[in-house]
Amino acid sequence: MASDPAATRRLPRFSRTERLLHWTHATAFFLLLGSGLILYLPSLSTLIAHRQIVKNVHLYVALAWAIAIVAILVVGDRRRLKADWREIESIDRDDRRWLRGRHAPQGRFNAGQKLNAILTVAFALLFALSGFFLWLGERDHRFILAGTGTLHDLLTLFSVLLLVGHLYLSLIHPSTRHALRGMTLGDVDEDWARRHHRKWVDAERTTTAP
Amino acid sequence: MDDRTIGRAGFLGILGAGALGLFFARDVTGVIGRAIPNSVSSVVPTNGSWRIYTVASMPNIDPAQYRLRIDGVDLTPTTFTLADLKAMPRAEQVSDFHCVTGWSVQNVHWGGVRLHEVLDRAGALDKGKALTFVSAEVPYTDSLTLEQALLPDVMLAYEMNGKPLSRPHGAPVRLVMPQMYGYKSVKWVNQIDVTSTADYGYWERNGYDKDAWLGRSNGFGI
Repeated sequence: MASDPAATRRLPRFSRTERLLHWTHATAFFLLLGSGLILYLPSLSTLIAHRQIVKNVHLYVALAWAIAIVAILVVGDRRRLKADWREIESIDRDDRRWLRGRHAPQGRFNAGQKLNAILTVAFALLFALSGFFLWLGERDHRFILAGTGTLHDLLTLFSVLLLVGHLYLSLIHPSTRHALRGMTLGDVDEDWARRHHRKWVDAERTTTAP
Repeated sequence: MDDRTIGRAGFLGILGAGALGLFFARDVTGVIGRAIPNSVSSVVPTNGSWRIYTVASMPNIDPAQYRLRIDGVDLTPTTFTLADLKAMPRAEQVSDFHCVTGWSVQNVHWGGVRLHEVLDRAGALDKGKALTFVSAEVPYTDSLTLEQALLPDVMLAYEMNGKPLSRPHGAPVRLVMPQMYGYKSVKWVNQIDVTSTADYGYWERNGYDKDAWLGRSNGFGI
C-alpha cells in the first residue's frame, strides 16, 4: 500500500499505563509458563532436573508479577484503568450481536477483546489463588486442597488456548494485526479504527474535533 | 439486564467457579482424566497420573552393577546386589501414592522386599533409632524413624505394576512409604544409614515437614 505517511491519521488507543500493564503481565506470563511447564511436564522436568531452582524462579516471578501489577494499579493512571474496566464489563446490544457472528459497530474494545480481558483478569486472580495454596499446602498439609493442582493445570491449559488466539489475531491475521501498533506505539491508523471500532472513532471525533 | 451486569456476572461467575475448583476440580475432571489414554497422560500429566520430579540429573543405574549398602554406627557395612534383594521373600502390595504438591496416583501395584527383612539381614534392627535413605540422585536424601520404617506396608520396591521399576520411578530400587507424602519414598536408593535421630531430608532442608503423615484435608486420610 503506497500511501503518503503524512496523510495517515492516527488515533491514540492505549496510554502508557495501559501498555505497561499489558507488557508487564505478558512478560510475567511467558516466564511463568516456561518455568511452570518445566515443573509440570515429565519430559522437561527430568531434562532440566533442578527442581528446587525452577520452583524458586516460578515463585519469585509470581511474586514480582503481583507486586508490579499492584504498583501499576496504584501509581498508574487509575481513572483510565477504571474506565477501561467499566467498558470491558459492558457487553452491550451491539456486542451481543457481534458475538453471534453478525456485523455490529464496536467500541474501543470489541466484544471478543472484552471477553479476552475478562477471562485474562479472572484467570490471573485464580492463578494467584491456586498458586498460593500450592505453596501453602507443601508447608502445612492441612491446606492441601483436593482440586488446587487440577485448577492450576486447567488454568494453564485455558490460558495457553487464549494466548494462541490472541497471538494469531495480533500478529498474523491480516485484518486485525494492525492493532498490535496500538499496544506497542500507542496509536492506530484511523481508517483501520473506523472499520473495526466505529463507535469509538465516532465518539473520539465528536468529543475532540480536529 | 443492564449491559454492565452481564460482564460483571460473567467475571464473578468464573472467579466463583474457580474458587470452588480448589475443592472440587479434581473430582469434576476425574472422569475426563480417566478417559485420556496413558500414552497422553505420561507426556501431559492429568488427574491420577504420575508427575516426575527430580532435583538433580536422573540417575541411570545398570541393574547388574547396583549395590545397596547398609551402614551406620556400631554396624559392619553390608552390601546387597539386586539379585540378593530378589532372593529374599517377595512382598507385594497395592497402595496409593500421594504427593505433597497435591496430586495422587491410586492403586499402584508394588513388588519388592520388606524393609525389616533387609535390615534384619544387615543386623541393623536393634542398632539405631532412625534411618537415612540416600539416593543416587545426589543430594537427595530422606529419613524415617525406625518405628516408621518398620510399619508393615513399607518396602523397597523393584517392580511397579508388574514390570521392573522404570528409570523415572527410581530404578532399580526405591523406597515405598504409602502412609506419608511421596517425598519420603526415596527413588534410586543405594544406601541406608542407621542413625540415632532422624536427619532432615532434601526437601525438609527446604521447608517441608519431617513428619509427612498423610493429612486428612485432601480426602485421603489414613
